Amino acid sequence: MHRRTSNEPGATGGFTHATGQSRDRRAVRLQRPPGVPKITFVNQTRHDVLIIGAGGAGLRAAMAVVEANPELSIGLVSKVYPMRSHTVSAEGGMAAVIKSNDAREHHIYDTISGSDWLADQDAVEMFVDEAPRELIQLEHWGCPWSREDSGHVAVRPFGGMQIERTWYAADKTGFHVLHALFQTSLQFSQITRYDEYFATSLLTADGRCQGCVALELRTGELHVLRANAVIICTGGFGRIFPFTTNGSIKTGDGLALAYRAGVALKDMEFVQYHPTGLPGTGILITEASRGEGGILLNSEGRRYLQDYDLGEPLDVHDPRHPQNRTMELGPRDRLSQAFMHEQAAGRTFDGDYGDYVQLDVRHLGEDRIDTRIPFVRELASNYAGIDPVVEPIPVRPVVHYTMGGIDTDVHGATTLPGLYAAGECACVSINGANRLGSNSLTELVVFGARAGRHAAAAVVGQQLSDGPEIDRQVAAENDRLSELRGRPAGGERVAVIRDGLTTAMEAGAGIFRDEASLSACCATLRELEERVARISLDDSSPVYNTELISALEIDGMVDISQALAHAALDRTESRGSHQRTDYATRDDANYLKHSMAYRTDGDPRIEYKDVVITRWPPAERVYGSSGDKDGKSAT
Amino acid sequence: MSDTTIRLEVFRYRPDNGGPSFQSYDVPYHDDWVVLDALNYVKNYIDGSLSFRWSCRMGVCGSCGMQVNGEPSLTCAAFLRDHMPGPVRVEPLTNFPVERDLVVDMNGFMEKLDHVKPYLVREDEADDLSAEYLQTPVQLDRYKQFSMCINCMLCYAACPVIGRVDDFIGPAALALAQRYNLDSRDQGKQMRQDVIFQNEGIWECTFVGECSEVCPKHVDPAGAIQQAKLEGAVDYYKRLLMPWARRS
Repeated sequence: MHRRTSNEPGATGGFTHATGQSRDRRAVRLQRPPGVPKITFVNQTRHDVLIIGAGGAGLRAAMAVVEANPELSIGLVSKVYPMRSHTVSAEGGMAAVIKSNDAREHHIYDTISGSDWLADQDAVEMFVDEAPRELIQLEHWGCPWSREDSGHVAVRPFGGMQIERTWYAADKTGFHVLHALFQTSLQFSQITRYDEYFATSLLTADGRCQGCVALELRTGELHVLRANAVIICTGGFGRIFPFTTNGSIKTGDGLALAYRAGVALKDMEFVQYHPTGLPGTGILITEASRGEGGILLNSEGRRYLQDYDLGEPLDVHDPRHPQNRTMELGPRDRLSQAFMHEQAAGRTFDGDYGDYVQLDVRHLGEDRIDTRIPFVRELASNYAGIDPVVEPIPVRPVVHYTMGGIDTDVHGATTLPGLYAAGECACVSINGANRLGSNSLTELVVFGARAGRHAAAAVVGQQLSDGPEIDRQVAAENDRLSELRGRPAGGERVAVIRDGLTTAMEAGAGIFRDEASLSACCATLRELEERVARISLDDSSPVYNTELISALEIDGMVDISQALAHAALDRTESRGSHQRTDYATRDDANYLKHSMAYRTDGDPRIEYKDVVITRWPPAERVYGSSGDKDGKSAT
Repeated sequence: MSDTTIRLEVFRYRPDNGGPSFQSYDVPYHDDWVVLDALNYVKNYIDGSLSFRWSCRMGVCGSCGMQVNGEPSLTCAAFLRDHMPGPVRVEPLTNFPVERDLVVDMNGFMEKLDHVKPYLVREDEADDLSAEYLQTPVQLDRYKQFSMCINCMLCYAACPVIGRVDDFIGPAALALAQRYNLDSRDQGKQMRQDVIFQNEGIWECTFVGECSEVCPKHVDPAGAIQQAKLEGAVDYYKRLLMPWARRS
């Protein structure tokens, strides 16, 4: 893999900083005179396939292109170094059918029922069928999966599953998957990396997507990157909410790129709250802690989930505990909603950072905690001052995953020829109204690979268009960024707009919503859109101007948040993670449909598209041991 | 919450605007704030021009390494309470060129990482994806520790050799080489050894172990380097004394 670097004089750091107090190396060595170019375009660079985002999906897509056609050249653009991508934070594991007690039908059914029947069933079938091969591929690429004594990979139970099928690498699965993918990708010379380049807009000509404009952080230069296919793999947008497990980079940039290029954002109203985040920081305590047997307790010490149609609790020392699809292993949406009811009833604990319940893993014992969920212990002790071996962990629901995203087909293709999307930024949809735990990492590799393969085939024989259409877009982008950077001081602050956005989203489009809250949210977002246009920057430097990047991010976040709020307002039913207090039941007659939000000059236009049903007609979602049997898949 | 504040002394540098300097900021003190929270407070509400990297704020993405009062630290895991009453001096990681403020140039490390071939090397003709390679928990344990590196660069900032020998591959990359060398699924050890022992720096490493001390993930790169050196030395004498012998 090549790393694209700039040779512009003065563009990179001028000295090595050495102030180690214990050592006598305080000298700051100035090596280059200052003098940095203003925003300028460098020459166009051409690849066959351009991938924006270098997390799990982007890296898998890049290697799929290489596998499909080693002659192709790939540009891999990322606003962070690939190993910083948020895939790194995934903890619990990755679902695929590999054990003899499991079957594809079970994984399909768990996914579809978990989605509250909003997943497209043809996509789910492909996903489940291709998952084992993709996970074995990761194993062959060095992922250090946890093992059985026999040497075969081990699996653990996860929420909403009939059969345990989650592959895991202790509780740092995403970290290991990302590093295995990134390190493996280094051997492919076909991949040219553009680390710390921020894609600001897509380029289209002759009705096809043909590249993007990207800002190089370390120089401030704009680059025109051309390709006959672009795959967006930029992750989700949990950062539009104030309390989220998502890292700061999860700002939905890729969704904004596609949305502005005329592609629909699908099912944006479905946002997953994970039931167990640490209050204050929002740091995730993995579902694996419940898969291993952890229990949830309210302020009365009761395992309150038994009061919410999630089955009967077994004693924690009963060998059958934890039961699949039951109690603490119910689906995430239902568990997070149960918390809200407990909170309303006054049965939660009162904390500095809001109400919480307790996640108790003490009965697992120190050895099992250290072997199976060591990261949980590390995080709880570092960030909550709690040792889970001796104390329950305070937890509350936290925004974790965005089911909605760029509308794609099962190949990752969007309606704009040449444009693909894969991973959390995309909506195929296999996740519908609520994603099943451990499906997201699997989705990255299955659909990352699919998009890569399809793009590799599609670019053969394609020619890039040259001419005024591209030049006009490049010039317009230059103008947009110059205008933003040239605004006089004293305008709106990025952080204040961001605070306004996250507050509005939580208040208006949180776990429970209604027409009034959503209407107010839409109105606030419209005001924020106007205020975004008045942002001015403290930072005038072209070099590593993170405030400029934040301004571009917030601009896109306000855009896609409007798609979310309007889609939520228009969906007058409750399904999965979308709970309307004014429309409390699921309405299959009118809403067994994907919402499709299109950008307009005014409010987003919301259209609908039918869900693909193959063999699993909509049914009640039943959890608890009775539902386990009744809910078995059609065969 | 309280009215207490704490002072940050932050290293500032803009390559297009003069030499380096320190700038002081008074930020609210909270018992459970980390240095990164304080930096974000500055960025958000006092001075938007301060540049630094961060993302996960849970110690796994490896972005936010800086010198905190002279010690290489993940700022998302360095609590203000451990530095009361202040001031807290925040500087970019030592031993790296500085791009801007607290942002260091990572390219050198990325190249070193590339050099050690940090991926499984197999002699198989084709990749058979019908089954996983078997690996027992005991085999996994042999390299597991070295696979925990988050590439946060703290060990490079702490390394006394890097400061003298610029092209030293360095602790994290050597630990990763050893991670793959020890993986029962790998067949690329010879290839990696050739790269590692062409490099001068490894013989200068004196096992002071500063890299292992600062490692937030307990990877123990110093241990990896000593293992590699021992194997390298054995390999050298084997080749010298028994040129006909195949590597074990």
